[in-house]
Amino acid sequence: MEQLILTVILTSVPLIFAASGELIAERSGVLNLGVEGMMLMGAVSAFAIAMGTGSPILGMFAGAFAGALTAGIFAFFALGLATNQVATGLALTIFGTGLSGLIGAPLVGHAIDGLPQIHIPLLADIPILGMLLFQHDIMVYLAVIMVGLCAWVLNATRVGLIIRAVGDNHDSAHALGYSVLGVRLLAVMFGGMMAGLGGAYLPLVLTPHWAEGMTAGRGWIALALVVFASWRPWRVLGGALVFGGITIMQLAGQARGWTIPSQFLSMLPYLATIIVLVLIARNREFALANSPACLGRIFHAGK
Amino acid sequence: MISLIPRKDIPLALTVMTPIIAIALTLIVGAIIFATLGYDPLRALYQFFIAPVSRPDQIGDLFVKACPLIIIASGLVFCYRANVWNIGAEGQLILGAVFAGYVALTFPGLPGWAMMPLMVIAGMIGGLLWAMIPALLKTRFNTNEILVSLMLTYVAALLIDWIVRGPWRDPMSFGFPLTKMYEDAALISRIELPGIGYLGQLHWGVVGALLLAVGAWFVLSRMLVGFQVKVMGAAPRAGRFAGFSPSFVTVMVLGISGAAAGVAGMVEVSANIGQLQPDISFGYGFTAIIVAFLARLNPLAVIGAGLVVALAELGGDSAQIALGMPKVVTGVFKGILLFMLLAGETFNRFHVEIRLPKSAATKVSAGQN
Amino acid sequence: MKKFFTTMVAGAFAAVSGVSAAVADPVKVGFVYLTNPGDHGWTYAHEVARLDVNKHFGDKVETTYVENVPEGPDAARVIRELARQGNEIIFTTSFGYMDPTLKVSKEFPDVKFEHITGYKRSGNMATGNIRFYEGRYVQGVVAGMMTKSNKIGYLASFPIPEVIQGINAFALGMRSVNPDAEMSIIWVNSWYDPVKEADAAKVHIAEGADILAQHTDSPAMLQTAEKAGVHGFGQSSDMKAFAPKAQLFSSVNNWAPYYISKIEQLMDGSWSTGDGPDHWAGNTWLGMADDYLVLTEFENMPADVKAAAEAAEGKIKGGFNIFTGPYSDNQGTVILKAGEAYHDGNLWNDMNYYVEGVNGKIPG
Repeated sequence: MEQLILTVILTSVPLIFAASGELIAERSGVLNLGVEGMMLMGAVSAFAIAMGTGSPILGMFAGAFAGALTAGIFAFFALGLATNQVATGLALTIFGTGLSGLIGAPLVGHAIDGLPQIHIPLLADIPILGMLLFQHDIMVYLAVIMVGLCAWVLNATRVGLIIRAVGDNHDSAHALGYSVLGVRLLAVMFGGMMAGLGGAYLPLVLTPHWAEGMTAGRGWIALALVVFASWRPWRVLGGALVFGGITIMQLAGQARGWTIPSQFLSMLPYLATIIVLVLIARNREFALANSPACLGRIFHAGK
Repeated sequence: MISLIPRKDIPLALTVMTPIIAIALTLIVGAIIFATLGYDPLRALYQFFIAPVSRPDQIGDLFVKACPLIIIASGLVFCYRANVWNIGAEGQLILGAVFAGYVALTFPGLPGWAMMPLMVIAGMIGGLLWAMIPALLKTRFNTNEILVSLMLTYVAALLIDWIVRGPWRDPMSFGFPLTKMYEDAALISRIELPGIGYLGQLHWGVVGALLLAVGAWFVLSRMLVGFQVKVMGAAPRAGRFAGFSPSFVTVMVLGISGAAAGVAGMVEVSANIGQLQPDISFGYGFTAIIVAFLARLNPLAVIGAGLVVALAELGGDSAQIALGMPKVVTGVFKGILLFMLLAGETFNRFHVEIRLPKSAATKVSAGQN
Repeated sequence: MKKFFTTMVAGAFAAVSGVSAAVADPVKVGFVYLTNPGDHGWTYAHEVARLDVNKHFGDKVETTYVENVPEGPDAARVIRELARQGNEIIFTTSFGYMDPTLKVSKEFPDVKFEHITGYKRSGNMATGNIRFYEGRYVQGVVAGMMTKSNKIGYLASFPIPEVIQGINAFALGMRSVNPDAEMSIIWVNSWYDPVKEADAAKVHIAEGADILAQHTDSPAMLQTAEKAGVHGFGQSSDMKAFAPKAQLFSSVNNWAPYYISKIEQLMDGSWSTGDGPDHWAGNTWLGMADDYLVLTEFENMPADVKAAAEAAEGKIKGGFNIFTGPYSDNQGTVILKAGEAYHDGNLWNDMNYYVEGVNGKIPG
C-alpha cells in the first residue's frame, strides 16, 4: 500500500508544479492555455541539458528557464499585443509541441541517470512515513516549497496583494498606479517557469528518456486542477494528490481485477471540478477567495 | 514599451492588408526556419501553401478539411460576440456525433429522407444538451463557463471512449473499438458536379457548412436576436436597460454554438468516417476557436479563416510527402502562422505605438510610488 | 513585397517541376506511420525496415514516409496523396488505417496496398502481420522460471485479438514451467503514454510483481523496472539501452523481409492477394521461423533459464503450435482437449477468454 501511495506522490509532482504556476498567472487575470506546450519545452530542454552536461540538476534549471521563455512568447502576444488569451494559449500549445519535438529529435533513444533520491538523515529511517515523505528527489521537496511560497506570497505579502488586485480589477489597479501588464508579465513568466519544472520532472525522474509529446495531456489536467483547487495554492497540493490518486487507483484496481470501466473513474476529477465550481459560486465562504474576476479579459491602458 | 491605442474607425484598406501582412510575415519567418533546418525555403513554402491546392480535387479536400472548422466557428462567433466563452466545442462535437450515431445505429432501416434530418437533429440536440450544462450552471449559479465547458470536454472524450469499447462495439469487430459501419442512408454523399464529376472528397456537408456560415451572418447582422447578442457583449448595462435578459442571451448563444458543434460532429462522422471510433475529432473544437478569432468574429470571414487554417494542416502533410519534413516542423510553422495572424488582428484594432523605454519607465515608476 | 512573392512562387514552381522531370525508373514505395519513428517501439521498427529496404534495393526503389498520421479521415487523404504521387505500393502501418486503406484501394486499382495488422482486404489490398505471440510464449517461459513472487505484471494497450493472443501465449509459456505463477493485466488504453506506462509498471511492482511484460510501445516500463531492481521484456525494438540490467530480452519486430518480399513480388509481377474462398488469402502472417520476429540475446538470467528459453525458441521455430490442448480458460472451462489445436482463424474469432494463470477478465 505504501508503495502505491509513493507512486501517487511521484505522479502528482508535475501537476503540482504546473498547476501552482498557472494559478499565479490566473490570479493576475491571465488564462494561459499553453501549459502543455510550456511543459513540453521544459521537458525537452531539461533532458537535453541533463544529457549534455551529465547533470540532472542543471537540466532542472534549463527546464525552468525554457518554460519561462516559452511563456514570454505568450506574454508578448497576449499582453504586449492584446491578442485573445484563449486563442493565443492554444497557439502556444501547438507551437511548443512542435518546437519541443524538433529540438528533441536528435535526443530520441538516449537514456540518462535521473535525479538521485535524497535520504534525509534520521527522518528517512522512520518506518513507512520515512519512505513516503523523506526519501525523495530534490524536485519533490521543491514542489512543496514552491506551493508554500506561492501561498505565502499571495496571501501575506504586498506582491501578492498587487497580483490579486490586478487580477480582480485591472482598471482600478491601473488607476492606483500599478503596471497591470508588468505584473501580468511576471506572473505569466513565473507560470511558465513552473510549467517548465513540471515538464522537466518527466524526463528527469519519471521516465528518464525524451519522447515527442511525452506529457500526453498533463498540461490540460493542470489547468483543471487550478480550478479544482479554487485558486488556492495549498489546495493544488491536495488536488494533485486526488488527481494522481485516481489515476493510480484506476491502474491498481485493474491489477486487482475490479470491473468498473476505467473511463468512469477517469471522469471523476473533472466532474468533481465542476461541482467545486458550483460550490464556489454558491458559497463564497467555502472558496475564501473567489476566482479572479478579470480572468481572460484583455487589458489596455490607452483610454 | 508597446502601447496600444484603439482605432476609432478601421480603414477598409487596413482590414484587407493586415491578414496579408500577417501571412507575408509568416512566410518570411517560416522561410528562415526552413532554411535553418536545411530545407530549400521556397520549395518548403510551395509545398505548404500551393502544392495542397494545385489540383481541383485538392481544393475539394481543402473544403472538406475546413468543413467542421467552419461549422463550429460559425456557432462560436455568437458566444464570443456575447462575451460568453465556450471553449468546450470539442466535447459538444463528440456528443453530437454520439447522438447522431445513436439514430444511425439504432434505426439502420430508416430511408434516406428520414435518416439524414433525424441525424442532423440528433446531432444538434447532443451538442446543445452538452452546452446547456455550462449555460445553466452559469445562469443559475454564476459558474465560469470557460472552465465548465473545458472540463466537460474531458468527460465527453472519456464517454465516447467507453461507448465504442463497451456497449456499442460491433460484435464483429474482433474486439477493436469500433461501432458497426453506418448504413448508406446515414452517410453523407460526395457531390457530383455536372460535367466535372467528383471534386476530391467534397461532400454535401460542405455546402451545409457554407450555408450555415451565411445564415449565422444574417442572424447576427440582420436580426433582433443578433442585435441582442452584440449589445449584451459590448454593453451589458445598456442591454439590460433595453430589456434584454443576460441569462436568456447566455443560454441562447451556448445553445447555438453547442448545436453547431454537434452538427459538425455528425457531419464529420457521416461524411468521412462512417462509424464511431474513440477519436473522431482531432481537436477541431479547439482549432475552431482560433478560426473564430482569425475571422474577427464575423461569420462570413469564418469561411476564409477556416480555409487558411485547413490549408496549413494540409500543407504539413504535403511538405512531409514531398520533402520528408518531419511533422513537428509543421507544428512549429502552424504555431507561428497563428501567432502572426492573431498579432495582425491587433494591428487592425489598435494603433500600435512603440515608445522609447525611458519615457515608459518614468511613467510606470511614477505611478508605483 | 509583391515582387518578392511572385519571384518566390515562380522559383518554387521551377524547383518542383525540376524534381518531377528527374523522376525516372525507381519503384516508388510509400509508408504511413502512426507516430514519429522516434517512439523507439512500433513505428521505429517500421522505420528500421524501410531503411533496410533502401539498402537492399539501392536506387531501384524510392521510399517516402508520412509520420504522425491520425487514424481517421486524414489517413485516407494522406494515403490517397501517396497513391497519386506515383507510389506503386503503399504500406499502412497501423490497425486504424484499415478502412481508409480499403477506401483508397478501391479508388486506385493499379496501386498495391499492404495494411499491417488488419483483417479487411480487397483485390489490390493485402494484409500483413507478425506472429508477435510466439515471442511472448518464450517470455512466459523465462518469466515463469525467473519469478520469485509468482506474480507477473503485464501492461496491455487495447483488448484486440493480437493483444489477447499475446497474453494467452505468455500465460501458456509461463504455466508450462511454473503452475503456480499468475499474471495481472493493466490496460493502459494507449499504445504510447510513457508516464502512464511507468505508473502502471510501478503499480504492478507495488502489488508484488517481480517480472514485467508489456504490449505497449515506450521504454518507460523497462526503465521503471531497472530502477526498482526487477526484470522485464522489451517490445517491438531492442530496448537494452534503456535498461541494461533489467531487460531479459526484447521481441523485435523485423518487417524488412516482409517489405522486401512484397516489393520484389511487385517488381516481378507476382504480387497478388491470393485467391479462393480462404478468408486468409492475401494475408502474410509469419513469425520467428521466418525471422519476422527476432528475439534479442537472452541476458540477465541464469544458465538454466537461458537454456529453457533457447529450447522454447527452437521448438516454435520448428513448427510447434502454441495453442495446442489441453488447456482451459481461467474460469475452468476446457477450451481445447489434448490433441486439439487452434488454426489461424480461431486465433481471431474464438479467443475471447484468458487462459488459466491470467487474473481478471477481458474488459468491454
